[in-house]
Amino acid sequence: MAMHTINVNGKSETVDVTSDTPLLWVLRDTLGYTGTKFGCGKGLCGACTVHLDGQAVRSCSMPISSLEGQSITTIEGLADNGKLTPLQEIWCEQDVAQCGYCQGGQIMSATALLNKTEKPSEHEIESAMAGNLCRCATYSRIKKAIITAAT
Amino acid sequence: MKATNRRDFFKLTVLATGGFMLKAQTKAADTKKATESFIPHPFIEITSDGKITLTSHIPEIGQGIKTSLPMLIAEELEVDWEQVNIISQVVNEDIFGRQTAGGSQSTAMNYQRLRQLGAATKQMLIQAAANKWSVPTSECTATAGTIIHTTSKKSITYAELAADASSLAAPHPKSVILKDAKDFKLLGTRISGVDNDKVVKGDPLFGIDQVQPSMKYAAFLRCPSFTGEVKSANLDEIKKMPGVSHAFILKSAPLPTGGVFGGVAVIADSTWNAWKAKDALKVEWDQQDTAEHDSDQYEKIAQEAIDNPKDKGTGTSKQTKQGDANSIESIYHYPLLAHNTMEPQNCTALYEAGKFEFWAPTQSPGRAISALNEIYKTKPEQVRVNVTRSGGGFGRRINSDFMMEAAAIAREIEGTPVKLTWTREQDIQQDYYRNACWHHLQGTLDPAGNISSFSDHVVALGTNHKSAGIGGKLSKKVFPLVFLPQAKISHTVIPTNIPFGWWRAPGSNGHAFALQCFTDELAHKADKDPVAFRKEILNSNAKVRGYDAKRMLGALEAATKKAGWGKTLPKGSAQGVAFYYSHRGYVAVVAEVTVTNDGKVKVDKLTAAVNVGPIVNLSGAENQVQGSMLDGLSAALYQKIELVDGVVKNSNFDDYPALRMPDVGEVEVVFVESKAAPTGLGEPALPPAIPAVCNAIFSATGKRVRTLPISDHDLSWT
Ligand code: FES
Ligand code: FES
Repeated sequence: MAMHTINVNGKSETVDVTSDTPLLWVLRDTLGYTGTKFGCGKGLCGACTVHLDGQAVRSCSMPISSLEGQSITTIEGLADNGKLTPLQEIWCEQDVAQCGYCQGGQIMSATALLNKTEKPSEHEIESAMAGNLCRCATYSRIKKAIITAAT
Repeated sequence: MKATNRRDFFKLTVLATGGFMLKAQTKAADTKKATESFIPHPFIEITSDGKITLTSHIPEIGQGIKTSLPMLIAEELEVDWEQVNIISQVVNEDIFGRQTAGGSQSTAMNYQRLRQLGAATKQMLIQAAANKWSVPTSECTATAGTIIHTTSKKSITYAELAADASSLAAPHPKSVILKDAKDFKLLGTRISGVDNDKVVKGDPLFGIDQVQPSMKYAAFLRCPSFTGEVKSANLDEIKKMPGVSHAFILKSAPLPTGGVFGGVAVIADSTWNAWKAKDALKVEWDQQDTAEHDSDQYEKIAQEAIDNPKDKGTGTSKQTKQGDANSIESIYHYPLLAHNTMEPQNCTALYEAGKFEFWAPTQSPGRAISALNEIYKTKPEQVRVNVTRSGGGFGRRINSDFMMEAAAIAREIEGTPVKLTWTREQDIQQDYYRNACWHHLQGTLDPAGNISSFSDHVVALGTNHKSAGIGGKLSKKVFPLVFLPQAKISHTVIPTNIPFGWWRAPGSNGHAFALQCFTDELAHKADKDPVAFRKEILNSNAKVRGYDAKRMLGALEAATKKAGWGKTLPKGSAQGVAFYYSHRGYVAVVAEVTVTNDGKVKVDKLTAAVNVGPIVNLSGAENQVQGSMLDGLSAALYQKIELVDGVVKNSNFDDYPALRMPDVGEVEVVFVESKAAPTGLGEPALPPAIPAVCNAIFSATGKRVRTLPISDHDLSWT
């Protein structure tokens, strides 16, 4: 076990965990940010997507030791004092979710995309979102929500 | 007891017919409460400070039930959707009735009775207002949580009536009048999921998110070949690993629907440390010979069974003669499938003073309670199940093996709650699988191109020669057999040690593929349009029972019309059609696919027409139809569980893929207007989607896909 410090949603956190623990499990088990989900543990599904310096990354594949001093945003960090982002609002209105398990990861990927590309083409949306699996196959509504947010 | 201290309760008794009876019964009020609550039944609470709370009692697994069922109450109760708060409560089937999410049954079972409950409650509120104003109830109407006296325009809110209504007797069920469908304000509209806000914020809704004070984390290693006990394990070494507090062996306690499998448990301070310790386990297993349990081996046995059929079967259709120009025969095959829910199986359990408490993403808490009783002889009062939201179900979580595993682990560390989480690999390799079947189909046409003989020899996997695993038995109630009195069905079962489960639309998900594709082959043989050929069969026998040909014809009409059946498409693109009746729903699907020269398949569009009676929540209903069709498509395109030497070879989303956004084309859903009794939508759109796509591939390429998955085939064309 060893001490590691990271910044999560604007708050500095020091944790005492085995150094190869993936960020995902530090967030979930140690810090209680359970909005970031486990799906595959191998970078295949995107359920664990968080932002690292604004980039969408897979937290299941990043050992905590490689993130010393880095700033992470999780799905819990998007809303501002409980006020949803416009994208989250649209997600609710358009009733995107079925089981909802993948949706945190989907929203993190979509948010990163829109931060980078204000008006992504359909093709850009598809390739940015291809790493996020939805076992309930809510893809049409996800795509529509992103398009709505971009207009 | 004073009248004001009494509340009247309804009892919702399940009738053998599947209906419900509303009965008034009296119970003492909780006088300690500061606010007066009107609780006609635990489904509804109206408080004097203005809160209206409705209970949703069926596990939410993504089917949208937590939103749709309370809509039924709210509609009849005459409250605005914005006025109600929806909660889930601890499991109690004596009060709420069946609390299982499975078989697409919840809508059918609750449609009438929840409306009745809402209407009866509204009637009591009207009565309370009429009493207060000394006017007849006929002069009072209810709207948006308020009773209005129509002549004087006086009004009073439900909150203000809560105390008075509590003291009234429940109306006789026969006096409860339901609204006319044309007056519905809520039912049939689009209502967004009640937990959407929590979902998008990442709130802890799911089983895997549960945290209890001083909770520990567990991992469990089962015997890789389904059955086997631990002979020995390097427990001492494991206990020294970082964060690990316990490591112990559990013996199996087998039950058909999910008992405990033998293996080694590890308990640690985090999921990660528990998993690492699990991976470091060195176990010697005591297991039976598994060499015969192998996908290739099953394939050989199936082929032999097809060549030398033993079962005489039912029906008069004869074996087709070799070389008969009017006959065709084909073998269709579909593989074992895993459920692969997005949230892997997990369960938090606490064992203390002889009592178990669970926090679990289960589809069937009732089954878990029975399983626990079978293993530990627990009484109902010794078990408490908190049902969490499930990250997908698809039938996987009807079995309670993961809960029993957590219970067995929790028993070893009495007083400490423990969360057991499976890895993705475990989730795929420890499933209750969709049966793999072979259908040897034979059909003969008469000179007019109508089916004169039809037979299906179904070879399925099962637990022994006599009992096929779930989905391995074909009934005569399906198309086209139900229209062909002479149709013959015979069965062979290959004994295996595989656990079989309910995989979305059990049985139908495979039978539809074989039967609807073979029907297409016959249409082709008869040189008829596949839609016209099917319509002829649907119209051929008006006396058929248990299959409403009219509803299917309506769905077929609607789907082909919407999809523009028969339109001209560029070379390599084509349409295909299929329909299926399952879970009391009639669904027809037209698929439009493009197959590139080098054989890549893209499903450009799926159009479904659905007749399941009136729709409760249009948004959720559409989600279910889209999702189940695409679920079928994922399976049809890519999925195959392979068994090698008794062990499942697949491990994760790379070797057991599912559709991703770029793979998905347009999906259109039409709901056919219908006066039929409403039924569920979690499953019936899945079965026809698969053959519709395969039939379209044939039209596009001339190649018949008779074995799934599609990705195993070379579909290139010139
Ligand atoms: S859990 Fe990280 S990509 Fe699947
Ligand atoms: S909504 Fe269920 S996995 Fe995406």
